[in-house]
Amino acid sequence: MEQLIELLEELHPEIDYETEEGLVDNGILDSLDIVTLITDINDAFDVSIPAEEILPENFNSARALWELIERLDTV
Amino acid sequence: MQTNILEYLEQTVPRLPDKVAFSDGTDHMTFAELSESARSIGSYLLEHGHGRGCVAVLMDKHPTQLATFFGVLYAGGFYVAPDAAMPPKRLQMILDTVQPRMVICDKKNMALASSLGLDVALYDDICCYPINDALIACAREVHVDTDPAYVVFTSGSTGVPKGVAACHRSVIDYTETLCEAIGFDEHTVFGNQTPLYFDAPLKEIMPTIKYGATAYLIPKQLFMFPVKLCDYLNEHKINTVCWVVSALTMISSLGVLEKNPPKYLETVCFGSEVFPKKQYDLWRAALPDARFFNLYGPTEATGMSCYWPATRELAEDEPIPVGRPFRNTRILLINEQGKRAEQGEVGEIYISGTCVTLGYYNNPEKTAEAFLQNPLQSAYPETVYRTGDLGRYNDYGELVFVSRKDSQIKHMGHRIELGEIEAAAATVDGVGRVCCVYLAEQKKIVMYFVGEIETAALTKELRLLLPRYMLPNVTHKLDTMPLTVNGKLDRRLLLEQATQNDK
Repeated sequence: MEQLIELLEELHPEIDYETEEGLVDNGILDSLDIVTLITDINDAFDVSIPAEEILPENFNSARALWELIERLDTV
Repeated sequence: MQTNILEYLEQTVPRLPDKVAFSDGTDHMTFAELSESARSIGSYLLEHGHGRGCVAVLMDKHPTQLATFFGVLYAGGFYVAPDAAMPPKRLQMILDTVQPRMVICDKKNMALASSLGLDVALYDDICCYPINDALIACAREVHVDTDPAYVVFTSGSTGVPKGVAACHRSVIDYTETLCEAIGFDEHTVFGNQTPLYFDAPLKEIMPTIKYGATAYLIPKQLFMFPVKLCDYLNEHKINTVCWVVSALTMISSLGVLEKNPPKYLETVCFGSEVFPKKQYDLWRAALPDARFFNLYGPTEATGMSCYWPATRELAEDEPIPVGRPFRNTRILLINEQGKRAEQGEVGEIYISGTCVTLGYYNNPEKTAEAFLQNPLQSAYPETVYRTGDLGRYNDYGELVFVSRKDSQIKHMGHRIELGEIEAAAATVDGVGRVCCVYLAEQKKIVMYFVGEIETAALTKELRLLLPRYMLPNVTHKLDTMPLTVNGKLDRRLLLEQATQNDK
């Protein structure tokens, strides 16, 4: 989780990722951020986020993203 | 002879009154509804003494925003539609430049619009205003086709955005020659991607009203979620897109073309950025029957100026050409000696023709720098636009973009002067020297600065000064700025450093 927050902080250092629940809904992440995040996460956690998992609910908070990574990791 | 953009709409309305002109997937407007609302707004403006001038439109992307644009034109005026989400300071700079007669807004932007110290009307309050055909006819009678239709703002290197004013004649010229080159018709279903505060959506708006086609204004958020985006394209049977390259690569790079292809697409126009070859090939392989076009052109020459139909295979290392100018547009390629560049020689791209816009609104200095007398002849006045883009002709006689002369970049389809970002950062307390570099391949703006302020605090401040797309992707604080032997900022060193750090 810490490593994920580091990746997120590189994109938007001013956000408190422990509490923010609306990374997508509040317009914090844009499309470039999403592409960057997907590449970074795939590299850092050795997973492959499939296109059908690129959904607002999976990117709205650090926790949701972390759950997605864990889910992909166990497959 | 057509002299007003609105004639397209007026010819289509009696033919296809009940056909959907513009939709966002939820709300839509037919051609008749569009025309009614536009004439109501035009009547309101004329009766309130706001005809024949600038009107600001502060609305979110929606079919009613287009009705408002046409409404302003019915009053014989021209519109400026700043991005309502941009920082208030930048919005104020834009309004100070155009000094609009009034603001038309939607409910969402009412508070913002009311804070500007200008007359404000809510769209919902004026869209059914009684139509005054006599006043509209009077406004049309005094109209000439060199009257401005809109002012679109683009990044300025000194920190002040520049407003490009385009007249009806330029837009008509663009519409006719674009339609002729690409080939749209009544059955075209556009999927619009670009925000309506640029000139880029003219590609969809103008053919839609000319032919009675339909354009879907795709909600911005969908461009983050490629599977949903393709669902949307398929649901509405969208057959034509004119998108920035980064929107197309979002779909192809994440493997969506195989899983959920946009199966109705027949025409794909792209531009504003270099299309990575691998992604371009993925698209062509996924849609073998579709027609692909590369488009090139600056806002100052109304929309696009050149096009290249992808009708031949490119060599492995060959860049996608920008091709040939539209009919009635002339490209001049001028070398450093001020002469016509030879075959294969790199020169600066100048553009000539009816497409050349009126210039930068309320900014004679910047206008004089870029809108110049044709350097190849001095016998009669002929204004050409100097793009700052370097290009050359390939063996096919097609124009190829080489690079920029200055530090203007194309980032996610947006045209940005790195100088504007630097100028904005330098206004923040505790910031010393600032330097921005662009990693073209990684599509990242990297900012270096010296000063007392911390990186996170500066990032926060910048959000109040710059539109989102101009915000640096990475910011580094330095102890000292590297300088060249001449004491200038060593941009090259910082660019190397940024490239290294990104690996």
